[in-house]
Amino acid sequence: MNYVIEMLNIRKEFPGIVANDDITLQVREGEIHAILGENGAGKSTLMSILFGLYHADKGTIKVRGHEVHIHNPNDANDLGIGMVHQHFQLVQNFTVTENIILGKEGSFFLDRKSASKRIAALSAQYGLNIDPDMVIEDISVGMQQRVEILKMLYRDANILIFDEPTAVLTPQEIEDLIQIMRNLVNEGKSIILITHKLAEIKEVADRCTVIRRGKLIGVVDVADTSVATMASMMVGRPVSFKVDKKAAQPGRVILEVHDLNVLNNKRLLGVKNFSLTVRAGEIVGIAGVDGNGQSELIEAITGLRNIESGSVIIEGNDITHADVRRRNEMGIGHIPEDRQKRGLVMPARVFENVAIKEYYHPPFSKRGILDADYLAEYAQTVVERFDVRSGEGIYSLAGKLSGGNQQKLIVAREITGTSELLIAVQPTRGLDVGAIEYIHSQLVAHRDKGYAVLLVSFELDEIFNLSDRIAVMFSGELVNVVKTGETNEDEVGLMMAGITGKEAGR
Amino acid sequence: MWSTLSSIFPYAIAYTIPLLITALGGLYSERSGVTNLGLEGLMLVGYFACAITIRLLQDTMAHSVWLLTLGLVASVVAGALFSVLHAFASINLQADQVISGTAINMLAGALTVYLARLISGSGNVRIRMGIIRKNIPFLSKIPIIGPLLFTQTYWTTWVVLAIWALSWLLLYKTSFGLRLRACGEHPSAVASAGVNVHRMRYFGVVMSGALAGLGGGVILITYSGEFHGTVAGLGFLSIAALIFGQWKPLGILGATFFFGSATTIANVSQVIPSLSVVPPVIFKIFPYVATLAALVLFSKKSAAPKASGQPF
Amino acid sequence: MKKTKYRSQSGNAFLVAVSAVILGLIGGAVLMAAIGSNPFMGFYYLFRGGLMNIERIGNTLATATTLMLVGLSVAFAFKTGLFNIGASGQMLIGGLCATLVAHKVFLPRPLFLVVLVASALIGGALWGVIPGFLKARFNVHEVVATIMMNWIAYWSIYYFVPAYLKGPSLETESASIAISQSLRAPWLTKLFNGSYINYGFFIAIVCVIIIRFVLDKTTLGFGLKAVGSNRWCAEYAGIKVNRNVVISMMIAGGLAGLAGLTFYTGYSRNMQIGVMPAQGFDGIAVALLGASNPLGVLFSSLFFGILQSGKGFMNAMTSVPPEIADSIIAVIIYFTATSVLFQRFWDRIARRRGSRRADQREEE
Repeated sequence: MNYVIEMLNIRKEFPGIVANDDITLQVREGEIHAILGENGAGKSTLMSILFGLYHADKGTIKVRGHEVHIHNPNDANDLGIGMVHQHFQLVQNFTVTENIILGKEGSFFLDRKSASKRIAALSAQYGLNIDPDMVIEDISVGMQQRVEILKMLYRDANILIFDEPTAVLTPQEIEDLIQIMRNLVNEGKSIILITHKLAEIKEVADRCTVIRRGKLIGVVDVADTSVATMASMMVGRPVSFKVDKKAAQPGRVILEVHDLNVLNNKRLLGVKNFSLTVRAGEIVGIAGVDGNGQSELIEAITGLRNIESGSVIIEGNDITHADVRRRNEMGIGHIPEDRQKRGLVMPARVFENVAIKEYYHPPFSKRGILDADYLAEYAQTVVERFDVRSGEGIYSLAGKLSGGNQQKLIVAREITGTSELLIAVQPTRGLDVGAIEYIHSQLVAHRDKGYAVLLVSFELDEIFNLSDRIAVMFSGELVNVVKTGETNEDEVGLMMAGITGKEAGR
Repeated sequence: MWSTLSSIFPYAIAYTIPLLITALGGLYSERSGVTNLGLEGLMLVGYFACAITIRLLQDTMAHSVWLLTLGLVASVVAGALFSVLHAFASINLQADQVISGTAINMLAGALTVYLARLISGSGNVRIRMGIIRKNIPFLSKIPIIGPLLFTQTYWTTWVVLAIWALSWLLLYKTSFGLRLRACGEHPSAVASAGVNVHRMRYFGVVMSGALAGLGGGVILITYSGEFHGTVAGLGFLSIAALIFGQWKPLGILGATFFFGSATTIANVSQVIPSLSVVPPVIFKIFPYVATLAALVLFSKKSAAPKASGQPF
Repeated sequence: MKKTKYRSQSGNAFLVAVSAVILGLIGGAVLMAAIGSNPFMGFYYLFRGGLMNIERIGNTLATATTLMLVGLSVAFAFKTGLFNIGASGQMLIGGLCATLVAHKVFLPRPLFLVVLVASALIGGALWGVIPGFLKARFNVHEVVATIMMNWIAYWSIYYFVPAYLKGPSLETESASIAISQSLRAPWLTKLFNGSYINYGFFIAIVCVIIIRFVLDKTTLGFGLKAVGSNRWCAEYAGIKVNRNVVISMMIAGGLAGLAGLTFYTGYSRNMQIGVMPAQGFDGIAVALLGASNPLGVLFSSLFFGILQSGKGFMNAMTSVPPEIADSIIAVIIYFTATSVLFQRFWDRIARRRGSRRADQREEE
């Protein structure tokens, strides 16, 4: 059996944590090998070692049977190893060509023309459909990913590492990518696929190495192993994916969005004539691929972005032109997409973060003077009820909490702040299964208390698990609103790509 | 009117050139991803080094291009070396770049006067003679642009313009320039392409020190003639020009010329009858007010290098 | 309810400051030695010059006064995420307003002092509000904007003073104000044997107390600090970022204006043209060394006051140029900026202890 890549007994430690603890990975020539693990399990670290971004503390790497030392990405490139990163490593205002040749220009004076020619040829050979002279910020996310693939092919990579490649793609683009991966294997390449998505592993991978908390759990043949087995290997216990919830009991209308038009950062319409209603006691999920206007829509509802035309009404009150604080006071809670940027003040303490929306009125303060005792008391209650763990309790710096606890803190703050309408955007991004289950149950509990929940997620499973109704957004427009029970992932997937019911029927 | 214009134009150019080369230095630093607010201090260090070198050598060496060139070389080396402090703090220690740059200004201000006092007793260092201005044969006879651009010129002007042109070539036509610019936009993309980001940023910062130092030296041997402890905010004016010029070589050429002209008009306003009716204070504050106005217009849509100021 | 006091954060800042000072003093010693002077004698006279007798202590306190107020100004702006390099210009304008009042307004002494202080406060606040507004509304970088404002103030004073406030003798300074129209008080001057000390010192101390209160205990301070630490989260939480930026620069400008008050109508009794007040930049050093903390500013301004006050004596008794004081200060600042090395060291120790504890809890 000839292995094209072997990583034997790899150990890598960072201050306070062992990211890789005696992991062995063996990839056969010409196979698609998946590495499965939760967020934080150590998959990306392992691949960064292979790609030369980190050095292993212990262990050996062999390429085609020969032991090698990979000190930097150049060494990895020379060995034919290439990586498509989860967060694209692309310079936004350079062209495709400039991004691809960066670091491998070939000569002191740039020769963009011949490079572009070669890139166009490669693109045609592998069916990637890229125009070399386009600027990155002008092309779609799917295309950007294919530029990353081209980068590897331009450097004659034979072993291609894909790090969570499908996070940003529509279901159709995922199918395209899977086809591209099969093309690559047919041309003799080997692929390592890092992912936590079991369905995709089932569809495209030959074998799968499962990692949990830095340790190797096992290597399985994908065809012979069930999704449930792989899931329990990944998490360490049997996993049920369905959230236990009763049927929704929708009541009065809480949120009304009428014909909303919102500009995006490029001064173009990011949200077009969008209308939606959310009632008390239901969860409405907005499905769609990242970048189709969801961020702009939520910013418009929460007051972080101006509205060009249309209106937003909460319980009969028109808040279209109200400022953020007023909307907070009206009972809009918001679990933001980016917890580090919007959700928390990292250099501030937990109790300060808990009070950040309420500090200015009694009982948190009186006539401009803060009530330190009340702040501490309130924070302590919140932190205990939601089991937010931190080194120094309510006096910990928010930045020192783990990702899961940071998110729990935000959820705790928003739910305790009695949100008539709770808006949750990507509430479980980057969290481990335990935290995900917890937050899902909290969202359902909030709904069962009679409040309204508006969920935005780029993971279709999450949308289907939690939502009572699903609103699909494409290119800033509302494609359709359906009851969860009356549809399935394929149908919604088509809608996410802009194909409505009538076209799908053809 | 015309004679006024053609007589002050060379002055405008003389004031522009130190600004241009310093702003160009700032361009290198920012484009590589390091914010450098220490340009004021680096200019001062170059100013001082040039003065000391010429002062120490002018008794033994005859006044010549070589004497002045040695002074300029000293200013370049001094600026480059001093900037390593900022580079080390910003790149290796990931310190706050704004504070580090300010520390450079303070260090330069204190040390140069300290050393000047030791050498000359006062805080000033005077040199006997700077560059003698010349008209360029043939070119100065061309109608209109001849008197404007090619009369009464300093040879340093052409040196600086040559550096500017070469820099444009380097930044936009070579692979080195591509990598440098990428470091200021997306350093991790550069790192995963196998390029050493820290090394590129060192280059950017040291270049900014060298060129700002050169700017200081040029001030001395063109229109100043004496080191007196300050460059009167020209370093910060260069930063403003950088923003005004949207971090592009052609842009900073235009921006620095604008400021150079404004300063010139301010300085000559008393002498020119048509201008002396305006209170002198207006002319003196005009460059600074104009800078503020320019910043208002150009700061909203910032084309700043995306990763500038963020440690990597 | 038990409140656990979290000390190590401020403990770090103190250690960092002390190490920076020590390194700065070593730097000064190196400079002294480099010119052949004995560093020990140099420092001996430097500190004696600041503290030797009651008159010199008074001068040190008077010098520290202006530094304290500028330090507060810069520190306050830092807390809100802004870099106020414009303290010099704000000092000039605040000082100008106070000087005008001192020359033209004659009221019973208590009322007069109130008007005097108010004029400097308003003048400085106005000069700070302009760059604050430009930042909030137009995203103009406050560093460049405040430097421009410095020079606009400089040249305005340069022409205004000889035109309207000229003294009988020199073209380059304003007419002196009478002691009764200044912040000096005969009882205070006598107490300190004729030094420059004036009411400004008490004003500075009061400001330290007020600013500390505002930052730690008020909703205004809470909002300002949130904006300074993470403007995106502040915006998300409903805090008006732009308004807070403007308010912050207004307060910072006002504090620097008070510094001008104490310097031009207290320490000295006239304004010299053609001089950009160095305290505007020394104040940055004071704020950085004091870790932008009002109490830290108080102590570091006293330390710098000793240095600035004693350098003349040192220069008289040895051959060390007085610029040594500025050099020492500059070196201290450089090491404060690079203090991140120390901070990371302490952080790593704290994290190892903290994460072990957190790991234990996670597995429960």
